[in-house]
Amino acid sequence: MSELEALTRVLPMVGAESTILDDERIAHVVGHGHQILSRRTVPGLQLDLEETAEAIVGKMTVQAGATIEQPIHLCFGLAHPTGSQRIQIDVSVEEEATARVLSHCLFPAATAAEHRMQATINIGPGASLTYTEGHYHGPHGGMLVIPHATVKIGKGARYFSDFSLLSGSVGSLDIDYLVEVEEDGIAELTAKIFAHKTDRIALKETVMLRGERSRGLIKTRVVLEDNARAEIIGITEAHAKGARGHVDCMEIVQGQAHASAIPIVRVFHPEAKVTHEAAIGSVDKKELETLMARGLTPEQAVEMIVSGILR
Amino acid sequence: MTLPLLEIRNLTFAVGDQKILDRLCLTIYPREIHALLGANGSGKTTLAYLLMGCEGYVPTAGTAMFQGADLLLLQMYERAKLGVTLAWQEPARFEGITVREYLTLGRSESDPKPVLVQVGLDPDRYLNRRVDKALSGGERHRIELASVLSMKPTLAILDEPGAGIDMLSTSHIISVIRMLKENGGAVLLITHQEEVAAIADSASQLCNGRIICSGDPTHVIEHFRGRTCVRCDGEVCGYVRA
Repeated sequence: MSELEALTRVLPMVGAESTILDDERIAHVVGHGHQILSRRTVPGLQLDLEETAEAIVGKMTVQAGATIEQPIHLCFGLAHPTGSQRIQIDVSVEEEATARVLSHCLFPAATAAEHRMQATINIGPGASLTYTEGHYHGPHGGMLVIPHATVKIGKGARYFSDFSLLSGSVGSLDIDYLVEVEEDGIAELTAKIFAHKTDRIALKETVMLRGERSRGLIKTRVVLEDNARAEIIGITEAHAKGARGHVDCMEIVQGQAHASAIPIVRVFHPEAKVTHEAAIGSVDKKELETLMARGLTPEQAVEMIVSGILR
Repeated sequence: MTLPLLEIRNLTFAVGDQKILDRLCLTIYPREIHALLGANGSGKTTLAYLLMGCEGYVPTAGTAMFQGADLLLLQMYERAKLGVTLAWQEPARFEGITVREYLTLGRSESDPKPVLVQVGLDPDRYLNRRVDKALSGGERHRIELASVLSMKPTLAILDEPGAGIDMLSTSHIISVIRMLKENGGAVLLITHQEEVAAIADSASQLCNGRIICSGDPTHVIEHFRGRTCVRCDGEVCGYVRA
């Protein structure tokens, strides 16, 4: 089986169809290690990516005023148990452009592999980017994944990101996102992770509300079982009049797992406001009992509550 | 002769030295709507939690025989599988779970639309909504009633089903209670609303953890309105010694 086939076969693990690569209306990039196996662009989208010995490096530009109708699929991964992948990418969504990106990070056989992503994302005035990132790291817990991104959201622009890792093992995950929002801009960051065994998660998301009436939301849902560990830090700073932010962290801890959630809110303008809520603990007793009072066993009830939280 | 569906004998529950329920006895028959009235703190919700088996509610003494089995010895979900369920006074909120899923728990083949209509909610608007904080208190209460209705329980314990639902919707609550009976079930109806209690087949008044008055709902409601309480001298139930 080719590496391309090996990666596309596990696309359903992150909710994608393997046939997307054959559809000429859909732009895509498939990168295995530091090789680009497949790519396609569409009108309004410019892909300038190249292979180097150390990384896949390049730029993706959604041209000013363009609306990319179909989601752009970025599929990165490794088909082998060991190896390394580094991606260094600059994403630019120019003024008044709109795009959706579905990023699939697939490491189905990883036993001792590494994936590092360094991204800068610039969203121009009035533009919109929805970035949905699904990870599958296989069952062995052998991945080290370090995605770091800096995002700049222009005047009136919108950025929605949704990171999920819900099947298989996490391994070790170290996310660090910094988002800066200008006047009337909106940033919404959601992360959903289900960790097991000896998985380790460090998740740090920072939203800097620089412009007037800018808005930010950090929403994190993490479920941990066995001996998994997580440290979640959500930081929101409001620097301008009318800025509004909210940090919402919820972690469900089962078995011997440990978790910490640290929401940090800072306000530097008297007419700005940032709120936060954080909850860590076992499954809510009342939710559990309500479902058991309808006939679900404790195990079924926990599974249903957890699956709801991670949606 | 009709055998009781639920026969509670000498049920006692204490927290420290304080008896919340004190040798309580109550019998409910199949397809009977039994209203339970009582002032705040009289033990109504405690009785509901004990019968359902909520965590921390383990009786000090007594039995609750239900179709030949002592409910009090069963796990909560085992009680539910026998057909006993509870609608909470303050229903839980569930992130991510849709109304459709909530109304078909463990019965994916059932159609949730009729029960939503029964509680006055439009299925097209509500089935795909989530049972979360975005629902108002009244909407959540209605969905709780719909959930109980969809289960077709043998014994439904409804704890203040009218709480948070506007007066105009009392008719929906009453129709749900009647539907539960039409479906072959009995209802233990905990309520402060006299017009809801009035539809019951029988009623009891609870004070200080014991039943102080039982019988025809009209009689019990009248008693609840202003007669003397011989058990607590009015200190718990608010009645004044004559």
